[in-house]
Amino acid sequence: MVDLEKELAAMREYYSSGNTRDASWRRAQLRGLLLLLHENQTEIFNVLKQDLGKHPAEAYRDEIGSTIKSINYALDNLKGWMSSEKAKLPKVALLTTAAIVPEPLGLVLVISSWNFPIGLSIEPLIGAIAAGNSMVLKPSELAPSCSSFLAQKIPAYLDSNGIKVIEGGPTVGEQLLQQKWDKIFFTGSAGVGRIVMAAAAKHLTPVTLELGGKCPAIVDFLSSSWDIEVAVERVLGAKFSACAGQACIGIDYILVEKKFYPTLVELIKIKLKTMFGENPRDSHSVARIINRHHFLRLKCLLDDPNVRASIVHTKKSQEVPHSRISCYGYIEPTILVDPPLESMIMEDEIFGPLLPIITLQKIEDSIEFIRSRPKPLSLYAFTNDRSLRKRIISETSSGSVVFNDALIQYLADTLPFGGIGDSGIGRYHGKFSFDEFTHYKAVAWRSFLVDFWFRFPPWNDHKLQLFRHCYEYDYLGVILTVLRLKKPKPSSAS
Amino acid sequence: MGGEKEETSSKPAFDVGAASELVGKLRGAFASGKTRSYQWRESQLKGLLKMTEEHEQEIADALHSDLAKPELESYIYEAAMLKNSCRLALKELKRWMVPEKAKTSLTTFPSSAEIVPEPLGVVLIISAWNYPYLLSLDPVVGAIAAGNALVLKPSEIAPATSSLLAKLMGEYLDTSCIRVVEGAVPETTALLEQKWDKIFYTGNGKIGRIIMAAAAKHLTPVALELGGKSPVVVDSGIDLKVSCRRIIAGKWGCNNGQACISPDYVITTREHAPKVVDALKQELEKFYGKNPLESKDLSRIVNSNHFFRLSKLLDDDKVSGKVVHGGEKDQSKLRIAPTLLLDVPRDALIMQEEIFGPLLPILTVDKIEDSFDVINSGMKPLAAYLFTNNKKLREEFVMSVSAGGLVVNDTTVHLAILSLPFGGVGESGIGAYHGKFSFDAFSHKKAVVYRGFMGDAAIRYPPYTKMKLRLLKALITGNFFAIIRAIFGLSKD
Repeated sequence: MVDLEKELAAMREYYSSGNTRDASWRRAQLRGLLLLLHENQTEIFNVLKQDLGKHPAEAYRDEIGSTIKSINYALDNLKGWMSSEKAKLPKVALLTTAAIVPEPLGLVLVISSWNFPIGLSIEPLIGAIAAGNSMVLKPSELAPSCSSFLAQKIPAYLDSNGIKVIEGGPTVGEQLLQQKWDKIFFTGSAGVGRIVMAAAAKHLTPVTLELGGKCPAIVDFLSSSWDIEVAVERVLGAKFSACAGQACIGIDYILVEKKFYPTLVELIKIKLKTMFGENPRDSHSVARIINRHHFLRLKCLLDDPNVRASIVHTKKSQEVPHSRISCYGYIEPTILVDPPLESMIMEDEIFGPLLPIITLQKIEDSIEFIRSRPKPLSLYAFTNDRSLRKRIISETSSGSVVFNDALIQYLADTLPFGGIGDSGIGRYHGKFSFDEFTHYKAVAWRSFLVDFWFRFPPWNDHKLQLFRHCYEYDYLGVILTVLRLKKPKPSSAS
Repeated sequence: MGGEKEETSSKPAFDVGAASELVGKLRGAFASGKTRSYQWRESQLKGLLKMTEEHEQEIADALHSDLAKPELESYIYEAAMLKNSCRLALKELKRWMVPEKAKTSLTTFPSSAEIVPEPLGVVLIISAWNYPYLLSLDPVVGAIAAGNALVLKPSEIAPATSSLLAKLMGEYLDTSCIRVVEGAVPETTALLEQKWDKIFYTGNGKIGRIIMAAAAKHLTPVALELGGKSPVVVDSGIDLKVSCRRIIAGKWGCNNGQACISPDYVITTREHAPKVVDALKQELEKFYGKNPLESKDLSRIVNSNHFFRLSKLLDDDKVSGKVVHGGEKDQSKLRIAPTLLLDVPRDALIMQEEIFGPLLPILTVDKIEDSFDVINSGMKPLAAYLFTNNKKLREEFVMSVSAGGLVVNDTTVHLAILSLPFGGVGESGIGAYHGKFSFDAFSHKKAVVYRGFMGDAAIRYPPYTKMKLRLLKALITGNFFAIIRAIFGLSKD
């Protein structure tokens, strides 16, 4: 523990030296990250395969390519982000200038999660670096190969005085949380999010919490068969091909009108075969469940006989759980229809390749369904109905809303990525990452030359009148009062 | 039933049950969508404006009762500022409410996107006692502009203003969505147990921690407007008279030093210090006369707790002999005269906590540049001030001193510039408000993406092939030539 304190004290001193604030330092670190990603792609594919069984295409799409894009975006925009912004002033503020000056927060802590262990570690670092901070990254111990990859490679490519990786599990996490940070950026579950925020409260440390939730996908009736097919592909892709459903913005469950359900479920079964083959396990296109704990957790969701009875695909998923312990890590893409709403699978975030479909009388009922539940990180709606879209935007609340697709909001540099309510606090990506690690300092410069003598006591009605006019930007009133051409309203004070 | 006089029944205690019921009612009102319309927000803001205009005298009276606040201060710092806040919000509200279009790129092509501001829901605003009218209603302006329902808990340490607010807000505003809960620790605790969509607190760091810890249980975002020791660095070679006037206006002219951005202490060179002391003494006498304890232009100390706290700072052994002006106290009237202390040691009590009163220590350094190290060795304050004509010193100050806000050659004025974010950093707070920043503080900026069904990249999905991987790489990096090469299978890898 003493070592940790010493290490952090040294980092604070390094920060105070001003190195991390130089634009050249920030660029060098960002380019270092770029080089790290370009030169180690094969190794990254390997560690992601080891920890999660991800296919290189998935790894590139979700973790490598996305972060390369983000780093380039930051490099292109850094100068603009770092510059001060002039603030508008009313005319009465004679000979005054004001500006908003961005400055780094100081020493920040980034705690990342296990499902996108490379991407979700680097993405916040981009913001912290661009904003000129020094930082400690604690990768998730549940993805150990990725964690040691980061611990090895980051010091090799980046300035280890200002950027450190500290590996470890809950004990190390606790120790880190006891220290004083200028910001904590956490990606993970709401349960741990509460612990992080409570620890931050002791030091009044601002936090960003990227959490999760049950992200619903409303699938409306679509008249064109092309549209329906694309919609189903996108839904299945968002569920099963992004870390096997272990993604904060993955589709958790579907809402569909009863009339449309038969068409939908048939198409789903067909597309599942196209995308994943007869034996999805052999397609190597579905990631593994991260560990035994989560594997058992997911199997348990299917324990409830009512839930198991609602499975419509596949027969394999209906087998008695625990019988396949030897093959742990892999779960069949499973489709359920109308499991009981009080069952665990409909209460907690699933975070796995189980997809419940809830059928409703009218598709508009989906709005009330979603409103009566905690606010999700993302809400998806496949619909061409304009009025339904409008209602979804104004009557539901979520981190983000995507129409006719899923997951792509993650790639947009110009959109804030973050939750609301139980799905999180704060946001990032693009300039929002820079903002999240920045203190926007208000600065005003005044001249000695002009002063309003009536600013100062002793007070009288005359001065009060002048203030009234000033505050109402009534310049004529000011002049008249000063020239004593206007009598002040008597107050009780004088 | 006979002539027995009934005892005045006390109001039922506002306990956790009452708090929960209140929040439930407000959630229902919010869910109805009422607070989201432009008309509702506009009507409430107009209500606040009208309320302030029509009751200016009553407000000044309540502030006088709570703080002996001079009427002019009540006017400038509380009523006028609040009215300006309302007027700005009314003027800009339509613009603030409009979704902002966001550029989309090749990676999400074809699509369009926008950022839609939406209210957070039901928010809790806990205000402070020193500017009890302004600091209660200024955040309320933001909450209303953003379309939220809210509960305001004014400070019990300013009881006249608290009950005035409860009365007036009940008359002028929509009580189905906007409520005032008066009270002290038990009522605040009951409120803090509830789940809010945001908590906005103005006060001190100790309570700030309690509030953030309570918020953590529900993952509620917070804004904490706290305080700190706002330093004033005074260089030589400046107009000392004007500078001292501005320091005095920011210190004793702001609720007698009981303001979060009041100059807390001065730093100047050993050489320059005597001149600064003399100039301050002169101007203090001009402002408040020879008998400042009697001056009507100074607020009193808010209560005996704070009076004793400040007395202790003066009684500290470490500052004995350091008082160079003032020091007089009148316990019966809760008044302490403007007091200057010269060369106080860094470990004196008065340098350990935010003073929040009419005592001004003056620290001395060898070179004026050393003052920045002194400031940076402490907690980040809410504000920091520098009086200088030296361009290089000015630049160094802005670069190296971290505080919520900085002012060069004046004090406190940045509060009135509504295009500047007002808030702290580190110990001095989390979040900012004023002007559009208030609207943002109570809004969720929701990203909305619209996609068509055309132009899909089947390459996104399994089964994954080498060709798809190549094309994916090219698409994500947005490299047009790589895309063409990949499509035609001309890629290198």
